[in-house]
This record gives sequence, structure tokens and C-alpha cells, in this order.
Amino acid sequence: MSTPAITLRLPVTSPAVKQAITAPLEHPDATGHGEAGPASKRVVAGFGFWVFLISDIVMFSAFFATYAVLRGNTAGGPTAAQLFDLNNVGLETACLLLSSFFCGMASLAVEARKQALTQLALLGTGVLGLIFLVLEMREFAGLVAQGAGPSRSAFLSSFFALVGCHGAHVAAGLLWLGTMMAQFYAKGFRADISRRYLCFSLFWHALDIIWVAIFSLVYLIGAHT
Amino acid sequence: MNDMTLSAHRGDVSDVAPGSNYESGKTLAARFRSYLIGLVLAVGLTCASFWAAQTHLIYAPGFSAALVTLAIAQMGIHLVFFLHITTAPDNTNNVLALGFGVLIVCFVVFGSLWIMGHFNHMTMPMDHVTHMPE
Repeated sequence: MSTPAITLRLPVTSPAVKQAITAPLEHPDATGHGEAGPASKRVVAGFGFWVFLISDIVMFSAFFATYAVLRGNTAGGPTAAQLFDLNNVGLETACLLLSSFFCGMASLAVEARKQALTQLALLGTGVLGLIFLVLEMREFAGLVAQGAGPSRSAFLSSFFALVGCHGAHVAAGLLWLGTMMAQFYAKGFRADISRRYLCFSLFWHALDIIWVAIFSLVYLIGAHT
Repeated sequence: MNDMTLSAHRGDVSDVAPGSNYESGKTLAARFRSYLIGLVLAVGLTCASFWAAQTHLIYAPGFSAALVTLAIAQMGIHLVFFLHITTAPDNTNNVLALGFGVLIVCFVVFGSLWIMGHFNHMTMPMDHVTHMPE
């Protein structure tokens, strides 16, 4: 390939926009389809984390399948309809949905490079996530206290495994969120910090998608039948 | 040769990372509106699901199907408005990875239900079998 062909090339997106987040770019003309070098680190990191998230969702599908198979096996113990409190689930859902929205607001604040707004939006994301986790812990403690712990029946084992696994993800996400707030505060809007935040926002939105499946398929269908 | 390289390059587009839409060239206000629309639609679908669970207006055997449909619709809303997954060429890799994930999820969930349904039927307790009409 001759040099003039390269110098003639036009930037694919406006350089100002690209520089804002991906700078310094190793291959500014790269499309990610094999032309002009590998894709930018932001695309590579984002896509790699996306593949991890999808494998995480595949793992969750195994927990969902286990629950779906075992949900009728109550071993003479309490059934889903007797145990689930839909008011609590509604509150949890509202918290997580708003938390996801705040996470999106934080993404916009990161792109606009507004430190105070970023911290505020991330704080909102974290507080709502924490309220969700407290509500879930309270529900679990209540179930164990009334003798409906994970060892009571196959139904409850699979229920605690599935919902607890999601809760563990939320708890890990909160720790990650705390480190993101500290990194933005201490290091500013550097390209590598923005990439980490992109991965965190993917993680947080994906957890909300898994919660949609949990509140619909586990709680609402369980409380109805 | 140079012209061909150039046109092939211009016809192609850069990939976009999942969850990222600052490349779309939309203003911050437009992207804020997009998140807001996503939130309103998600809240609407959540309310519809909770309403469906507590009403008796829905034909009982179709209840699970209704909730599964609402859940899938809400997941789609989250994917489009929060994760910015689109059908544009710059999202092909993201959509392909997601499509493969959905395929495996379907195998695992429906495969388990199908096999275990047959298993439960085959291993029905003997007292059930003896009371069955011939």
C-alpha cells in the first residue's frame, strides 16, 4: 500500500470527538474490520467485556433453568405464592431501574467531563443499589427466620441460589462503583479510566436486565400460581 | 488501486463499543432524552407486569406467556436505550455476540425444561401409575 493512499484518507468520525475519549489513538483510521490496524482500545475493551457479560448471562441461565425445573418441589414446605411479598419486590425493582438510569446519567457526565455531576450521578447509582441490596437481605433474613431457608426444599435452594447470585453481583458492582468514583476523583477523565467506566456501566445495565427476568419469571409468576 | 482502497475504506464504518453512543454524533440533550424515553418505557412495562400479576382479567393459562412477553419487551428496551445496542453496521459484532448468547440461553433453559419434564413423567411414583385409568 502506497503512502498517498493513507494521507488521502478521511477520519471516520470527527477527530475532536474521537480524541475526547480514546486519546491517544494508536490507529486513528482503524475501522476494526482489518483496515488501518486494530480497533481502538475502547472498542476492544468494551467488546471483550461484552463477551464476558454474555457468558455471565449464560451462567445465570443455568440457575434460571434449575429454578424452573425445581420450583414445584417444595417438599411439603411453603410455596412461592405463600412466601413472596410483591410490595418488597416492586420497591427493589424501582431502586434498580432508577439506579440503572442514574448510571446512564453518569455516562453522559463522564462524556461531558463534569466531575461534580459524575460523582453525584454515581452516588445516586450507588445509594439506590445499596437500598436494593438491603431490601433483598431483609427479605432473605425474613425467609430464613420463618423456616424457609435454602435448606428447606429444592424450590428454596434454587431460589436462594438464583436470587443470591444476582445479589452477589450487585454487591460486587457496588465495590467496583466505589473504586470508579475514587478513580475519577483522583485521576480525572483519563482514557483508561473512561474505558473502565464503560465496562462498569455495561455490567450495571446487564444486572438490571437479569433482574427483569428475576422479578417477572420468579416473583410475579411464583406469586400468581 | 488507490481509488479502490479509498472507496472501500470510505464505505466501511468503525465499530462501536457496546454501551457507548458518544460516536453517534447526537448532542448530550438528545442522548439524555433517549435515556429518559428508555426509563419511561421500562417503568411502563414494569407496571404492566405487576398489574398483570394482580388482576384476574388475563386468561389464566396465558398468564405466564403474557409475563414472559412483557419481560422480553423490557429487556429489549434496556438493550436499546441503556446499552445502545443497535442494528447499525457499526454494531454487528455486538449483536452477533448477543445473538449467540441468546441461543445458548435458550438451549440451556428450554432444553432443561424439556428433558426434566419427560424425566418427571417417566419416573412418576408407582401409586400414581396404579391409579391411572387403563
